Amino acid sequence: MSGPNTDYDPVEVTPLRADEVDAMRERALAAIAGAGDLDELKAVRLAHAGERSPLALANREIGALPPQAKKEAGMRVGQARGAVSKALAERQQVLQTEHEARMLVEEAVDVTVPWDREQQGARHPLTTIQELIGDVFVAMGWEVAEGPEVEAEWLNFDALNLGPDHPARTMQDTFWLEPADGGLVLRTHTSPVQARTMITQEPPVYVVVPGRVYRTDELDATHTPVFHQVEGLVVDKGISMAHLKGTLDHFAEAMFGEGITTRFRPSYFPFTEPSAEVDLVCFVCRGSGTAEDGASDCRTCKGEGWIEWGGCGVVNPRVLTACGIDPETYSGFAFGMGLERTLMFRHGIEDMRDIVEGDVRFTLPFGMEI
Amino acid sequence: MRAPLSWLREYVDLPADVTPADLAARLTALGLKLEALTIPGSDIEGPLVVGRVLAFDDEPQKNGKVIRWCRVDVGPEHNDDEGGRGIVCGAHNFAEGDLVVVSLPGSVLPGPFPISARKTYGHVSDGMICSTRELGTGDDHDGILVLDPRLEPDVKPGDDAVELLHLRDDVIEFEINPDRAYGLSLRGVAREAALAYGVPFRDPAHREVPAPNESGYPVRVEAQDGCPVFATRTVTGFDPSAPTPRWLARRIQLAGMRPISLAVDVTNYVMLELGQPIHGYDGDRLRGTIVVRRAEPGERLTTLDDVTRDLDPEDLLITDDRGAIGLAGVMGGQETELSEGTGHIVIEAAHFEPTTIFRTARRHKLPSEASKRFERGVDPLLPAYAADRVAELLVTHGGGTVTDGVTYVGRPPESQEIRIPADLPARVTGIDIDPVATVEDLRAVGCSVAVGGDTLTVAPPSWRPDITDPYDLVEEVARVVGYDRVPSVLPAAPHGRGLSRTQRLRRRAGLALAGSGFVEVLTYPFVGEADWDALGLDARDERRSTVRIANPLSEEEPALRTTLLPGLLKTLARNVGRGIDDVALFEQAPVYLPRPGAGPAPILGVDRRPTAEEWQALQAAVPHQPLHAAVVLTGDRELAGWWGKGRPATWADAVEAVRRLARVVGAEVEVRAATYAPWHPGRCAEILLDGTMVGHAGELHPAVCKGFGVPERTSVAEVDLDALMGSASTVVAAPRFSTYPVAKEDVALVVDATVPAADVLATLREGAGALLESIRLFDVYTGEQIGEGRKSLAFALRFRAPDRTLTDTDLAEARGAAVALAAERHGAVHRS
Repeated sequence: MSGPNTDYDPVEVTPLRADEVDAMRERALAAIAGAGDLDELKAVRLAHAGERSPLALANREIGALPPQAKKEAGMRVGQARGAVSKALAERQQVLQTEHEARMLVEEAVDVTVPWDREQQGARHPLTTIQELIGDVFVAMGWEVAEGPEVEAEWLNFDALNLGPDHPARTMQDTFWLEPADGGLVLRTHTSPVQARTMITQEPPVYVVVPGRVYRTDELDATHTPVFHQVEGLVVDKGISMAHLKGTLDHFAEAMFGEGITTRFRPSYFPFTEPSAEVDLVCFVCRGSGTAEDGASDCRTCKGEGWIEWGGCGVVNPRVLTACGIDPETYSGFAFGMGLERTLMFRHGIEDMRDIVEGDVRFTLPFGMEI
Repeated sequence: MRAPLSWLREYVDLPADVTPADLAARLTALGLKLEALTIPGSDIEGPLVVGRVLAFDDEPQKNGKVIRWCRVDVGPEHNDDEGGRGIVCGAHNFAEGDLVVVSLPGSVLPGPFPISARKTYGHVSDGMICSTRELGTGDDHDGILVLDPRLEPDVKPGDDAVELLHLRDDVIEFEINPDRAYGLSLRGVAREAALAYGVPFRDPAHREVPAPNESGYPVRVEAQDGCPVFATRTVTGFDPSAPTPRWLARRIQLAGMRPISLAVDVTNYVMLELGQPIHGYDGDRLRGTIVVRRAEPGERLTTLDDVTRDLDPEDLLITDDRGAIGLAGVMGGQETELSEGTGHIVIEAAHFEPTTIFRTARRHKLPSEASKRFERGVDPLLPAYAADRVAELLVTHGGGTVTDGVTYVGRPPESQEIRIPADLPARVTGIDIDPVATVEDLRAVGCSVAVGGDTLTVAPPSWRPDITDPYDLVEEVARVVGYDRVPSVLPAAPHGRGLSRTQRLRRRAGLALAGSGFVEVLTYPFVGEADWDALGLDARDERRSTVRIANPLSEEEPALRTTLLPGLLKTLARNVGRGIDDVALFEQAPVYLPRPGAGPAPILGVDRRPTAEEWQALQAAVPHQPLHAAVVLTGDRELAGWWGKGRPATWADAVEAVRRLARVVGAEVEVRAATYAPWHPGRCAEILLDGTMVGHAGELHPAVCKGFGVPERTSVAEVDLDALMGSASTVVAAPRFSTYPVAKEDVALVVDATVPAADVLATLREGAGALLESIRLFDVYTGEQIGEGRKSLAFALRFRAPDRTLTDTDLAEARGAAVALAAERHGAVHRS
């Protein structure tokens, strides 16, 4: 680059004249103010604050001035450059903010377009209701017991006070396995798990047993040969029907909401004595039997105010004996409900086949319900 | 059991204002469960009157029918100016002068079937002459109902037919539980109704009967264990053509049975009234002494239903000199049945042992009104009274005389006394019942009770053979006190352990699959040979070895599944058939594996807990039933959309489903190529857990897709979920990891196309040594550059040392060792 210019009068260097410096500054400030975007500002920066900008070049001339002039010119140019630099920074800030705001506007998308790229999955409501029930009882300290579906005849019948000639055996419409005298059945209820539990555990016993069971019914709107039950069993000292009622009332409230309680009607089951049918206050009309319109019958309970829910009773001492529990010391209660039926009235399902057939349109709305 | 209210009121003085619904509710609370409440005849509106056919003309019609244009006198109130009405009738079973039932215009018959004057066959028919079917009193529609002067001697045209024919009543239908056999009679229902309202009960069995003598029909009981009591009475000179009184036939009909003839109707009537099944024999056709005995081998009998049956030596028979004439307590034989000409009737009222009858009825698949009662238990004191009652009704309505002979063989079994602590009902029910009330309640249901300190000695009544145990008495007290008085007390369970690990993992497995887009289904486990053939299983495939059902719903599906695939594929086909193209299903369910050589499951005693050996023997006979999980996919796994193309479900999704399952239950599985039906031989992965095969995944064989009618390229996986859950370690050891910088290296290797990527990856891992933190296959490439039959596998390796920053030398050595081992083992060529 050039050295000191000896041709000029050191005091009268044109670029260092006050008016010249002021003009440079004004031009620079005007250019900065006029920069419309960050790109323009970049060009302005190069032109007015870059190494070859007038002020930068003027600054180089200062060195050749005599000390007194040097100080004065230095201050003048320095102030000018400072002002430009500040203006640049401010403009940069403004334009940057504008730019960012504009970017955000320009990047906007239609967030309503669907991203249904992945398929929906769902668990079957029979699965979730079994888990829901299990959780209600586990929360009370009970445990969930299980047993095989192909079951010993003795456990399905004999141990439960259903002897070989018990009339109730024909009521059960049993699937027998080959050979016919092989002592095996597809369990007709979850009750053999009661026997399994009592035989393998010492009291106190507090178990709930969900599971799949079988009877020789053809599939139609209200029957299926393969269905699900949940069963409860308590064996402890001093257990009475009152404890059964308390448990079922709690169960009903947990499943159907506060204030939904149960009632007993006398019934018969070989494995319980006394036995009862258990009805539920209709959780839709809350027992009134009347639909919301105030005139027609409630559709869920068909105007009864009650819904038949299941069977229950005090464990027959004969069952305790067969399972090796002393009926003089212990007593118990048991209850059982059909889960398809429970699902049907809980969710307003009108045809059993919907539950059975596996049409994904039935199951999907139940989603991941828990 | 259906109880007409008018009949019931004969035995119990119900308060006049009791409604059928109230009665039904109270009886339900006592244990006779209301099944249905009906009001027969309530849908009939008058005028429905008696008419006399004055005259008629038979008029042939173009359609081939001959109609009868009748002039009918329907009484002064309803007759027109000419003293009758013109009515068109299609039937011909009546004559001039006959009395018939006419529904006049404005009346409504059951249906509802409104009657109006209408123009038909060229006449205005001013009403209708009714058949029994139209009146709801029978199913006879061949002709109209002609009133019988023997039954209705005093009726005249214009009389109200609703009352005459007993068309209106209230009928309560009960569901009778096995422990309420006495409820299968009006006597039993009335007894409960009296208990419900605290009003007197008039026992229809309470009657004076003559003492047995030697002149009755000769009877010998050889099988006393099966027939403790056998009573007969004989009626002679009975008019077999006598009609059944309207009220009697109507009651039988309302109770659910079909009126047949007076003699048969009377036996049914008494059975319904008392609960004692009756059999009537044509006395002229009996030959010699009636003998009650078990069947002999090879013996046969043709029963009333015209079926010839091979008898079992356990069957209890009624016989005479010719051999079997009836299956005791189940059904009579054809040869001695009451017929249109029977004027000499031998009435049998016997008590049969329940188990015998139950077995015979079941053996011959012959449930009858009689067997239904005997197998549940009939009051053994009834036979003498019932036989007498039948004889009385027969001669009252059919004439003739009851002969003096009274046969009564045997002795009724006595009920056993039961001792209970007086506070047992209170303890078991949780209801506050004092011992005095307990005694009263037991007596109210017919028990006799002796009080001895704190113990009650109770003899159940003869009609309650079901009451054998102390807890049976508890139930009796409870139902009298009222189940609604049981308080509600939540028992405190001991502290529990929550769900078991397996239960939690099973839930997690289902949630994971549902969360990744699979829809759960629960399919039936029934399978057949056609399923195995469709799956392409060869003849010796072990999945063909099944647990079989002796009485399957369908002969096509007599076995239980050994794999979940048939059910899933059928469900998939159903969904696709309903127009759903993109489907991913899963199922978690057991399969049923026979135990070769296992003996029958023992029938153990019930008087004690099984011994350890007995319990073990029982377990050993029950088939192994491991829980499986399976998935099936077709269509797009990821849908096409504005983002671009869809991604079809492939074999890889099936494999990934298994990997995901393994991951969420904490099992480490290996995958390797396999050939296994029903999978595509080149697209089948075998899933290994600790070297043991636990499942398969991949694309379905094209032939299997066709066989099940599912789309091409359907992919499936099935795995033994129990095995996966069983392998998982319960406590995770915390990892140690370094915070020194990571060094990333990509390595591309070219190998033969047949070399499994998983093997190469394992080799690299081994060769890279301890500094390798992770390795991932990120690309598979085939193409001209690589050469025919070769593929390029690209791996991303991450290295890190526990104690220092790695140097280039460290990296070069580790990578070099990995590549060298891959070259040695798989002939891999490093592509740099």
